[in-house]
This record gives sequence, structure tokens and C-alpha cells, in this order.
Amino acid sequence: MVRPNAPAAFQHRFAPGQAVRVADRPALGHCRTPWYLRGKSGTIAAVQGAYRNPELLAYHRPGLPRRVLYKVLFKQADVWGRYAGPAGDHLEADIYEHWLEPQTT
Amino acid sequence: MSRPQRKTMTRRGAGGRAAHDVGGLELGAIDRAEHDLALWEKRTDAMLILLVGAKSRAFAIDAHRRVIEAYGEQDYDRTTYYEKWIRAIRNLLVEQEIVTREEVEARMGEVRARHAKAGRKAAKETVPW
Repeated sequence: MVRPNAPAAFQHRFAPGQAVRVADRPALGHCRTPWYLRGKSGTIAAVQGAYRNPELLAYHRPGLPRRVLYKVLFKQADVWGRYAGPAGDHLEADIYEHWLEPQTT
Repeated sequence: MSRPQRKTMTRRGAGGRAAHDVGGLELGAIDRAEHDLALWEKRTDAMLILLVGAKSRAFAIDAHRRVIEAYGEQDYDRTTYYEKWIRAIRNLLVEQEIVTREEVEARMGEVRARHAKAGRKAAKETVPW
């Protein structure tokens, strides 16, 4: 989904297909990164755009600088310790760039 | 409109996460019963859209989520979708100094008195701040 008021051109650190890891850190206030994905590894599926930061908008700040939002693909088996479903099952989540790290291993 | 039965569900192993952030926790069956929207619920929806819209910008939609996500487990589980919305709208209007808490409480008192005078039952419950 492309939201209105998102700039057409922006720098992004990760590219589709790249392996990433969600930062494993506590939220300091309002946060859109779900708990169950912290520390989990996934793959960039799409670059969604650059948006005002909801962590700041939540406290009536302008939300700048904008943060790049990615669609990240996770294997269900990598998210849940004991996943009983088919091995190919995935889930997608929208994660902001400052919550992502390059996967080094 | 029948009110859904609600109880507080303890989040085992949820240490540290907010009441809304329950992905992966065992919380029992989801209540999938549908209900028609009451007039106040439709008005609440309209109010939020107007308050976050370009003309008023009273607060960002993210602030609304912040207030809702800050409710404790008991308040989060025992209130309906639009009850969470209206409570957060009210609290943000006070936080942003658009109305005062005293003004809200005085108006609620007037509404209660008007209903009592007309012989209509008004809910005794008040929405906590």
C-alpha cells in the first residue's frame, strides 16, 4: 500500500531479497514492531516507502526524519519455536528500517 | 445490541510487553460474533477521522494507538473496540488542551441529568480516565 504524502525518492539501506534480523531490544514507548518478531530473521520482500516515524507521531512530534518501511517475509518455523504447519509457511510484516539489522551469518 | 461477555485473560510469559501485543500467546478462542454498530459507535468513528484529518490535526492516528495500547490488560480485554476508541479520543483532547477534564466531566453531568429528567436510564458506569 502506498500512502499519500510519501516522497517518491528516498535512500534505503536494504534491498528486496536481502536477509535481515529484527532488532531484539525493548521499545522505549510507542512501537509498531511486534514482540514476537524481535530477534527473528527474515528476508526483505519489498520496500514500501518512507514515512513519518509513528514512534514520534504518537507523542505529537512531526515524526522526522522519515523512516523507510519494508515488507519483511519470515518463515513461520523461524518465528515460532515449535511450528507444526507446512515447512513453506511464511508470514509478512511491515517493519521500519531502524528496527532491522543486516543478517550476518 | 447485546454486549459481548468479556473477561481478563492473563498473558502467561508476556513479561514486559503491552496488553495489545499478544501475537503467539495462548489466549483461548476469538469471539467472532458480529453486531450492528450503535449510533455512538458510528459517531466515534466519524469523530476520529475528523480529528486526525488535515483540517483539524488534533493529533496523529499514532497517538490514538499509543493511548489504546497503554491500557492495562484488564481495561484492554474488558472494553469493546469503540469503547477503546472513545476513551482514547477523550483523553487525547485533554492531553492536547482542546478541552479540559473539568469541561468533559461537567458536560457528562449535564447529559446524565437530562436523561434522568426524561426518565431514561443512564449507565451508572463511567469510562475511567
